[in-house]
Amino acid sequence: MSDALHSLYTELVVEHDKRPLHEGLREPFDAEVHHVNPTCGDEITLRLHLAPPADGTAGSAPAGSTAGEEDSRTIADISYQAVGCAMSRASASIMADLLIGRTVAEVEPVRDHFDQAIRSRGRIEADEDLIGDGVALMGAARFPARIKCVLMSWKAYEAALIEARTLGH
Amino acid sequence: MLDDETPMIYLDGGATSQRPRQVIDAEVAYLTHDNAAVKRGAHRMAGAATDAYEGARGRIAEFLGAPSPDEVVFTKNATEALNLVARSLGDGDATTPAHLRVVEGDEILVTEMEHHANLVPWQELARRTGATLRWIPVGEDFTLDLSRLDELVTERTKIIAFTHQSNVLGTVNPVAALVAAARSVGALTVLDAAQSAPHMPFDLAELGVDFAALSGHKMLGPTGIGVLWGRYEHLAALPPFLTGGSMIEVVHMDHSTYAEPPARFEAGTPPISQAVGLAAACDYLDALGMDRIAAHEQALTDRALRGLQDIEGVRIIGPGPSATRTGAVSFDLAGRHPHDVGQVLDSLGIEVRVGHHCAWPLHRLFGLHGTTRASFSVHTTAAEVDALVAGAAHTAEFFRSLS
Repeated sequence: MSDALHSLYTELVVEHDKRPLHEGLREPFDAEVHHVNPTCGDEITLRLHLAPPADGTAGSAPAGSTAGEEDSRTIADISYQAVGCAMSRASASIMADLLIGRTVAEVEPVRDHFDQAIRSRGRIEADEDLIGDGVALMGAARFPARIKCVLMSWKAYEAALIEARTLGH
Repeated sequence: MLDDETPMIYLDGGATSQRPRQVIDAEVAYLTHDNAAVKRGAHRMAGAATDAYEGARGRIAEFLGAPSPDEVVFTKNATEALNLVARSLGDGDATTPAHLRVVEGDEILVTEMEHHANLVPWQELARRTGATLRWIPVGEDFTLDLSRLDELVTERTKIIAFTHQSNVLGTVNPVAALVAAARSVGALTVLDAAQSAPHMPFDLAELGVDFAALSGHKMLGPTGIGVLWGRYEHLAALPPFLTGGSMIEVVHMDHSTYAEPPARFEAGTPPISQAVGLAAACDYLDALGMDRIAAHEQALTDRALRGLQDIEGVRIIGPGPSATRTGAVSFDLAGRHPHDVGQVLDSLGIEVRVGHHCAWPLHRLFGLHGTTRASFSVHTTAAEVDALVAGAAHTAEFFRSLS
């Protein structure tokens, strides 16, 4: 068995695929998105629930605002249902666990780094301090066909965030 | 390209075939010596290019058993060929014969096992015209369920469009029965032959359909070329599909008249070197002999099915060994997503396709999001099939070891 294959199916990926964290669709939520990968038929339904900042300020980004503005709301919950390969299911589990409980603004650098590292074909070394278990997904960076599997849930979060802001929540 | 250590076993001819040296050489020779725009210009190279292009048309007509080269229309691919028919059948006017014009209230019949290329264009035709799309279901035995064919084929049925061979199941459909049903109500038949033509003797006169679509790159030829074959009397009465240069007869500022087929359906500069390459592919297939190719692939298919079905957790999505199933062998490996299965097989150098293979409704029918498909070609060997079977067993073991 090739090392590349083991770099893909790491113990963490297998564990997250078998016992995904935060799986299921829960109430309440501010936005729900459904994403499909038309080439392989994989699907994810993802719900995002944002809570006002702990300090009691408004915190909420105004409707239609861009992602660049400071958004100090807390990601109270990400719940999801994912049908897909081990990589895509593990990615959803790892992402939800990474993001829940932190503010929207806090996780921006996490998302940026994850995105850059996974698309880098191995040129950018992933920073475990920043993306935690996300480093276990980096084996996919060497398999261009699998990058979209890994990014599916992250794209769904991004879309849910935009939708939550568009809806003015 | 794979790494140097892993031997390559290409079992994805159903997606695209590997081109023989003779096909590549024919394209190179044409491009080196005769390259010019066809059917325009009086110089000698234009003449040579036109001869090469039209000669290829003749060769392909012969390969298909078409009565005349004028019934062979070159397209971009099989998908465009099917879109051409579907579009033109909805674009007629009062001057178009009624049997070549789909209107509100008509019915279009397809099957549940179609590739999206032979489904979506008919959905769109129905949407544009107000016709109704119906379909022949696929049974538990992975063949068409014709038990209710009498109810599905009605006086309103204008078209029956179906695949010759399922790209997922390997099932070969009963062309004669479907053609007879269509004729009984005066409906046209459209055959998707992209998967069948490279793998079995193919004779249009025997098949009896009205239109057939083929793909160049699935039959050892180049990409960028497909074929629509249609009965001349149909092509001569149908309105054009794409319009512009080369397809006209006379052009005025406010209207135009159109060339006779096949030129009417070949707007713009056509795929010339690709046509030359496709003709060379026909030479190659004929030199091997389509009967021998069919027998070779039948033996490989039987071998693969018998090997795979003995592996714990493997479920074949398609009929068992049979004379009416060919070398598209799809399977499900219990609990594993096909992308994961394909990834392990790829690490062994075994190149298969994974996913829904552009036949999403068919996979949904069997409760699957996708399958792993091996498809055999003229170059596939028994040893490669054995490697597939061993690879599938290894894959099952690999995932068992992880859990």
